[in-house]
Amino acid sequence: MYIYIKRFFAVALVATTCLFSVPASADEPTQHEHEKVTESINEEEHKIEHKLEESEAKFDIGSMIMHHIADSHEWEITHGVVIPLPVILYSADRGLEVFSSSNFHNEHHEYNGYHLVHGDSEQIVPVDESRKIYDFSITKNVASMLISAVILILVFTSIARFYKNNKNKAPKGFQSAMEVIILFIRDEVVKPNVGPKYEKYLPYLLTLFFFILINNIMGLLPGSANLTGNIAVTMTLAVLTFIIVHLNANGHYYKHLVKPTGVPVPLLLIMIPVEIVGVFMKPFSLMVRLFANITAGHIILLSLFGLIFIFQSFVIAPVISLFALFLNFIEIMVAFIQAFIFTLLSSMYIGSAIEEHSHADHGH
Amino acid sequence: MSLLTPNPGLIFWMLVVFLLVVFILAKFAWKPIIKGLKDRENEIQGALDLAEKTRAEMIQLKSDNEKLIAEANAVRDQILREAKDAADRTIAESKDKAAVEAQKMIENAQAAIRNEQQLAVSKIRKEVATLSLEIAEKVLQRELKDKEAQENLIAELASSARLN
Repeated sequence: MYIYIKRFFAVALVATTCLFSVPASADEPTQHEHEKVTESINEEEHKIEHKLEESEAKFDIGSMIMHHIADSHEWEITHGVVIPLPVILYSADRGLEVFSSSNFHNEHHEYNGYHLVHGDSEQIVPVDESRKIYDFSITKNVASMLISAVILILVFTSIARFYKNNKNKAPKGFQSAMEVIILFIRDEVVKPNVGPKYEKYLPYLLTLFFFILINNIMGLLPGSANLTGNIAVTMTLAVLTFIIVHLNANGHYYKHLVKPTGVPVPLLLIMIPVEIVGVFMKPFSLMVRLFANITAGHIILLSLFGLIFIFQSFVIAPVISLFALFLNFIEIMVAFIQAFIFTLLSSMYIGSAIEEHSHADHGH
Repeated sequence: MSLLTPNPGLIFWMLVVFLLVVFILAKFAWKPIIKGLKDRENEIQGALDLAEKTRAEMIQLKSDNEKLIAEANAVRDQILREAKDAADRTIAESKDKAAVEAQKMIENAQAAIRNEQQLAVSKIRKEVATLSLEIAEKVLQRELKDKEAQENLIAELASSARLN
């Protein structure tokens, strides 16, 4: 983002010097010179307009935000500091191909018959359009996810070691900090919602919570990836919950789909489609909720920062920074809340699918 | 909009990485952590239960002690009372016995006195009778010889008899 500041200062400087030079040259007395001057003024104005247009084209807040939210084949920590990431492509004719994304750093963004397209998000397309390729690249999001996975594994295996070493002793340090959250998830989220057979689902739900939480928080760091605000990620999580729910659901759950209790037969025509839509709405809502919340938070924050570069005012910038700070705190809260809600709803869906019903209750 | 179209490559990596994380954490983290938590909870619950039990036992022991003390006191009181009773009874018995003994002794003494008296009286009677007879004999003998002498004799006998 530093480059934007530099660029804007440069443009502002040029614009102001030009503007100041305009009235000065207008004071020239001679008619002939006057024409020349007007010409030069027009020229200068054209230049300024052109530069303004250019600068506007350069700082397009929408594309800036999209660039920050979308996935990328390289990790741009800040402008100029770019970590190239491996590109992994599979195609039927060429098999598996692995090369660095820095190979695309040329005029046409082309390498080895592939073209890197910069749209709202990046995409690698083959130059020969008849070929079909599958992109399994370690993108910025994948790299961030791998880092979060390593952190999760290191943190929780080390905590597990605490439990082994200090058996039946009071928790210490980081262990007690994590224990509070683990106990909260176990006792307030999983146990009451899943029911007596909760222990089978506890590892998945705990991993889900901490995975979403750590990626939500990592996404708030400057220069980081927006993993939980990516629909592919939330979709995968939602689909996993959906699969777990439907693999473990009991007969009653499936029966309820085709024959909801207490519904008159003619109404079944409406109720069955509603129930079936409901089944798919649940993971869909999970997917959209996490995606939308995190993405919206990022868009708001980036819009605020963008405002600074639009106004370029020393008066407005601190005010906006304060707003951004406030919103950052809210985003930290949202990071926890969304991880909590995703886990809570997942446990509720699992709980409702494996719940035992006594037959007398329903009269069938 | 590209934001809303999931990228298959990312889905693939997400699945692989997330499932790996789930399995690794489930095996190496959640299992020992949850076990540790459960063990500790059980331990704490056990300690609490034990404390509760010990407290109940203490209360029981205390009440038992009190009961024992009360019993001991009661036994002591009873023993004292019994001892007192026994003493009283012994005293009373001795008194009675003494009285009875005394009465008996008195009675015996009285009987002996009476016997002695009777013996004395009968002896005296016999004596008197013999004396009378002797007197009468002598009187009779003297009467036969001398009237005056007889009268003197009688007077003499009479006076000697009174001396006797």
